[in-house]
Amino acid sequence: MDSKGSSRRRFLKHAGGTVAGVAAGAGVGTEWARGQSAKPEVQAKEAHLHEDGPAPRGIPSRRGVRMSVDHITYYTPYQDYTGIITPARLHFVQYHASHFPEIDAQEHRLTIHGLVDRPLSFSMDELKSLPSVSRVHFLECHANSSPLIHHQGNQNMGLPVQFIHGMSSCSEWTGVPLSVLLNECGLKKEASWLVSEGADPGKFSHTLPLAKALDDVFVAYGQNGEPLRVEQGYPIRLFVPGWEAPFSVKYLRHIKVTDQPYHAWNESMNHSIPREDLGGKARWYHFEMGPKSVITRPSAGLSIPRKGYVQITGLAWSGGGVISKVDVSTDGGKSWKEAKLQTPVHSKAHARFTFDWAWNGEEATLMSRCTDEKGEVQPTRAELYKNWGISEADMQKPARAIHTNMIQPWHVARDGSVHNAMYS
Amino acid sequence: MRCTLSLLASVMILAAPATGLAQSPRYNVGTPLSQEEIKSFDFMIGPQGQQLPAGSGSAKEGAVIFAKRCEVCHGKNGESGVLRRLVLGKPGQPFRGPFKAEHRDSVAYYPYATIAWDYINRAMPVPKPGTLTPDEVYALTAFLLYRNGIIAETAVMDDKSLPKVEMPNRNGFIPEVPVYPPERKPSWW
Repeated sequence: MDSKGSSRRRFLKHAGGTVAGVAAGAGVGTEWARGQSAKPEVQAKEAHLHEDGPAPRGIPSRRGVRMSVDHITYYTPYQDYTGIITPARLHFVQYHASHFPEIDAQEHRLTIHGLVDRPLSFSMDELKSLPSVSRVHFLECHANSSPLIHHQGNQNMGLPVQFIHGMSSCSEWTGVPLSVLLNECGLKKEASWLVSEGADPGKFSHTLPLAKALDDVFVAYGQNGEPLRVEQGYPIRLFVPGWEAPFSVKYLRHIKVTDQPYHAWNESMNHSIPREDLGGKARWYHFEMGPKSVITRPSAGLSIPRKGYVQITGLAWSGGGVISKVDVSTDGGKSWKEAKLQTPVHSKAHARFTFDWAWNGEEATLMSRCTDEKGEVQPTRAELYKNWGISEADMQKPARAIHTNMIQPWHVARDGSVHNAMYS
Repeated sequence: MRCTLSLLASVMILAAPATGLAQSPRYNVGTPLSQEEIKSFDFMIGPQGQQLPAGSGSAKEGAVIFAKRCEVCHGKNGESGVLRRLVLGKPGQPFRGPFKAEHRDSVAYYPYATIAWDYINRAMPVPKPGTLTPDEVYALTAFLLYRNGIIAETAVMDDKSLPKVEMPNRNGFIPEVPVYPPERKPSWW
């Protein structure tokens, strides 16, 4: 093999973890590789954009991985990171199949069909030739912060914040507005919903109302300045700002425009919870994620080294838009003071808050509570449980729930150790 | 892209939108798809099942396939699997509720029988989804509906009969017909 070929191989080896096997196996470079100069040194240099060496990004296991036959889950390490942007490799993953797909971006096409005048197929080059947008947005699994996770094993087992709330991440996403693509196809007047399907092994599919699709949804091919990672949907994913993450279908391959929701398995089974107060009926099609905040430092499993100054910091976000305010309590919710927000605060994005505190060495309970631009306020556990129809008698039990955005209390002991106080 | 940037700019000005999507600029990007092409990849099955392909299967046929390809994860007859318990109730005795969170994994929970067909067709069996024929998917769906007490063992499922199956949890979802924007605000609450 000539030097160019071996360099190409080296590039592919670096090209985003598992995609390496993909592209090399197919004998074709990634679409990215094709655009590079033939000079080996240039390709090698570019490869570093995708390289995950041990430094400076830290120990890989920090992101926290949980795997089973039909699940691959990564949790974002909230306790360790700063600012508002989640690096791509630390972005959470909740994946409902046994392995990530191997997709050759050169061959990949997005098709749009159904209730359109002109069914069309788009190559990656075509998608990238259209007007693009780059936006900072959070993405959150609707099962994030599940009450059940507080109770795995012993109560207050000291699970770090990563495993309780780390299925929400925030990145700068780049792509082409879906409205541009739908306009290329021309919508028929009876069009009102669409169904997206991925190219993953399980052909994950999800319904989306057309009105949202035409509002702020885009087909993303970039995350934080680089092509999507394999686990994030390489080469393209739908991005539906502010809504339950499963709407943002990864490995996006087909979009079918319809006149009704299709109630795919995900909508009917995975996104609804039967409730006793509703006679066993379940709410479904929740769409938007509610306002949520959590103190990431100090948080369960960490400790405060000494009395005196402590910077309390955390993240707040809402599917309803911009976070307008975050309040912090150090006395278990008896009194609240407004925290500082890092600017700019993006819409439907993580906002970083900080709060200066002087710890007197006594027991304390730390909480944060956010408000979004619509005036929606993050609820307490009692408020949320009451809304879910959970009886007073069951208030101390963790419910199997989705869309959990209750206020998270952390208890500070006299020795400075911090513990989860959700159910204590 | 089929036109130069300057040409595109002039097209955009000429086609400047008044209001609405229909009159927004077009870029003439994308390759037209034929109906045959669409048919080759369109797996999506709506609740009324008009998109179901030809084929048929019964519970008896499904039992054989289930034992071979599904039992390893879902347990004997789908009743005790390590992953998802697919069966509530018994043949002849459908589970009538009330449904609880732990019942969501069962086929009996779905509001439409077509959802089971669609999901088995697209996502099963792990780790080789997409390897079942339409007949096998009809047979497996029939088997699970039978084990859930929803249809008779002899009932044959095909593109006509499957959408007509009355699911016990058909009215178990609020709102019954999802609408957008949602009636309930905020929708997450």
